[in-house]
Amino acid sequence: MNPILNVFSITKTFGNLIANDNITFEVNKGEVLAILGENGAGKTTLMNILFGHYTPDKGKISFEGQQMTFGNTGNAISLGIGMVHQHFTLAENLTVLDNIIIGQQSLLNLSLPRKAAKQKLTKLSESFGLPIDPDSLVVNLSVSEKQRLEILKTLYRDCKLLILDEPTAALTPQETETLFKTIRKMVSLGLSVILISHKLNEILSVSDRIIVLRNGKVVGQTKTSGASRNTLAKMIVGKTVNYPKKEKLILGNEFMRIENISCHPSNESNSGLSNVNLKLNGGQILGIAGVAGNGQVTLAKVLAGHAKPNKGKIFINNKLINSISPKTFMNHGIAYIPEDRNKDGLVGDMSVWENSVMTETNRIDISNKFGWMNEANCLNQANDICDVFDVRTQSIFQPARLLSGGNVQKLLIGRWLSRNPKILIACQPTRGLDEGAIASVQKLLLSSRSKGNAVLLITEDLDELLSISDYISVMYRGKISNQIETNKLNRLKVGLMMAGENFNV
Amino acid sequence: MFNFRLEERTNTPSWMFFLSPFLAVIISLFLASFLILLAGVSPIESYFQLFKGAFGSVNAIAETLSRATPIILTGLAAGIAFKAKFWNIGAEGQLYVGALAVTFFGTGLIELPSFLMIPFLFIVGALAGGMLLLPLVILRNLYKVDEVVTTLLLNFVVVLLVSYLLEGPWKDPMALGWPQGASVIDQGVLPQLIPRTRLHLGFMISVFTAFAIWLILAKTVIGFQIKSVGFNPSASKHSGIPVMRTIVIVALLSGGMAGMAGVTETAGLKGYLTLDLSPGFGYAGIAVAMLAGLHPLGIILSGIFLASIYVGADAMSRAMNVPSYLADVIVALTVLCVLLSIIFLQFKITFSGNKS
Repeated sequence: MNPILNVFSITKTFGNLIANDNITFEVNKGEVLAILGENGAGKTTLMNILFGHYTPDKGKISFEGQQMTFGNTGNAISLGIGMVHQHFTLAENLTVLDNIIIGQQSLLNLSLPRKAAKQKLTKLSESFGLPIDPDSLVVNLSVSEKQRLEILKTLYRDCKLLILDEPTAALTPQETETLFKTIRKMVSLGLSVILISHKLNEILSVSDRIIVLRNGKVVGQTKTSGASRNTLAKMIVGKTVNYPKKEKLILGNEFMRIENISCHPSNESNSGLSNVNLKLNGGQILGIAGVAGNGQVTLAKVLAGHAKPNKGKIFINNKLINSISPKTFMNHGIAYIPEDRNKDGLVGDMSVWENSVMTETNRIDISNKFGWMNEANCLNQANDICDVFDVRTQSIFQPARLLSGGNVQKLLIGRWLSRNPKILIACQPTRGLDEGAIASVQKLLLSSRSKGNAVLLITEDLDELLSISDYISVMYRGKISNQIETNKLNRLKVGLMMAGENFNV
Repeated sequence: MFNFRLEERTNTPSWMFFLSPFLAVIISLFLASFLILLAGVSPIESYFQLFKGAFGSVNAIAETLSRATPIILTGLAAGIAFKAKFWNIGAEGQLYVGALAVTFFGTGLIELPSFLMIPFLFIVGALAGGMLLLPLVILRNLYKVDEVVTTLLLNFVVVLLVSYLLEGPWKDPMALGWPQGASVIDQGVLPQLIPRTRLHLGFMISVFTAFAIWLILAKTVIGFQIKSVGFNPSASKHSGIPVMRTIVIVALLSGGMAGMAGVTETAGLKGYLTLDLSPGFGYAGIAVAMLAGLHPLGIILSGIFLASIYVGADAMSRAMNVPSYLADVIVALTVLCVLLSIIFLQFKITFSGNKS
């Protein structure tokens, strides 16, 4: 085996945080190396150093025996390193072909060599099995097509080592399979691939070798053939995590019902709703599956009063709701945990205590009738939430942006659950959290269900959906499937429905 | 070569926030001293004359504080608006409609005893200033029309309206042809605080307003909501805070205080409306607010600072024969230094020896 990439003793700190601590590994020619680790383990920092976004404090990297200069993506690209970021870096208003040649030409060059580029692209797309139309606009491509384009972009620049950062996050199980076939094809043609992921099943099925990062250190290296799910999980977390089990419950009364709801999308990256019917009962978790952007966010917004539907009726406790605003829906007992907890959830520049009472300013013990806030009661409320929901903070006077992702989510969910809502709408509540925090968030959702409340869970994590929801509906292009009992479903069935097959509306 | 990088601070100590404006003032005075050197005189002597001109006698202090009065109010107007990220650049126009309201109601249309007339004038002035912003804030909330553009452009409209009124229908026939409004009736004139100076009750009112705004921001629900909307409107909306309503309230408060500045100048300083009522007090308010880091009590200090530079610069210019425009340079430099200091408040600079 001859290594194509040698990473030697890389250390990178941000302030007091050691993101990468003395990391050494190598990648061989023609292999898929998987880098595993929780959020914050240092995977992305490491890849950003490799690709030239960051300069490390210490360490050396050589590629094909040549020393790399740090902090220069141009150097990384010309050596033959290609990276597909988790969030695509494409110019949406240009064609596929233009996206490929963008940045390749000198500014002084007035004509673009489109013809030659098109030939090279067609050849690449045939030999790697990545079909794409060079002339279509990127904005019209699906997520998996965009990813294909990102990969082709790196291949076009003669990349020898491809870094894929969480490539399956927005793909259906079937699209994931296709991607993995492409990866196998690439390594069989002599390329090397670094795959970053936290999905164990996928890593086990496609990689040759695995290294595990934890707290910025390499804590394990193993050949994939000798690894199992359990040993890997333990290596990632450093301890065994107990996931909550759901108890059997009797389905409660109907709390909320929407009939024939149609709604415009809230932004471009999302689908609207067409003729959606949905019922939320107490004592149940209804899971919503679907590839990102098929209308899940719009559905959550309609249910939380953040979006006004064009058509259809909303009933809460069998009463038709006419006035639609976040405030009225809150007063009807609805709690909404938005997808982006840093942008829509907490106000990062305000303190933990201020965030704890933000939803409660109408309460008579929080503010009197002249609008004067009772600070002592506010602080009590904040302390209560932090105690009950295990929010770990140095002080409740600390700005909320200093909390870790898990604690932000616990504070956010805790703040809403302390209102005793009848209906909890949670969008991607565990995305990006570490395993321990995932377990506590799931426990909170299940405890709300045990109290007889209705929970709507929107998540892209199929394993989570199958393990804690009672019923599952799948969304596809703004339509929603029937509610199907979870124990009648499996990954494969849900995956097919996510792609729009067997989708009985 | 030096190799440095910026690291984000997790927590900025509060003394740094407190100290940075003072440091900015010192640095800007230092920088401006090079210009004074170019004029061929001693900077230390010049600054001494500037200080003496601003604080050297009772009369000088009174002059400085009376100049500070409208700037504190327009500073508060900018400060509370910027806190909610509502970019009201139109304090100048709101000041003038406040003055128009005083001229309309206060020159004989309504006569009340003094203890009612003065509050009445402040209320109509504040309402006029707030109302001027109302259509703009509605345009912003409903159609996302950028308030930076609308508030700024409306300034010119209002100033031209004032010019039309003073040259035409509202021109005081007793003013010997000068374009000025009729005099405010005696009951409406703000009493002097120190006899035989121009310092009037308006100064107390502006300081009192600053304390009131400070209390509103620190202790009340609406203040809490203003801060929250300013930091993160989306998260505020998701927490059930009525974002649109909060911005409307901010606009009314902001326009109201700028309108009050028009009242202090018309009913306090001059006694009647003129075309040069405000030499840019509305814009000075933005500098005052930035210098104070938007803190209402800090705005009192920074307003007095700005006024002292302008008042002192006149004295300096007479004594040292340097142009009084230097005041504008010093103020501009101070604001630039404060804006620069924000970088140091948010980031720590670390130097490392190794070459890149």
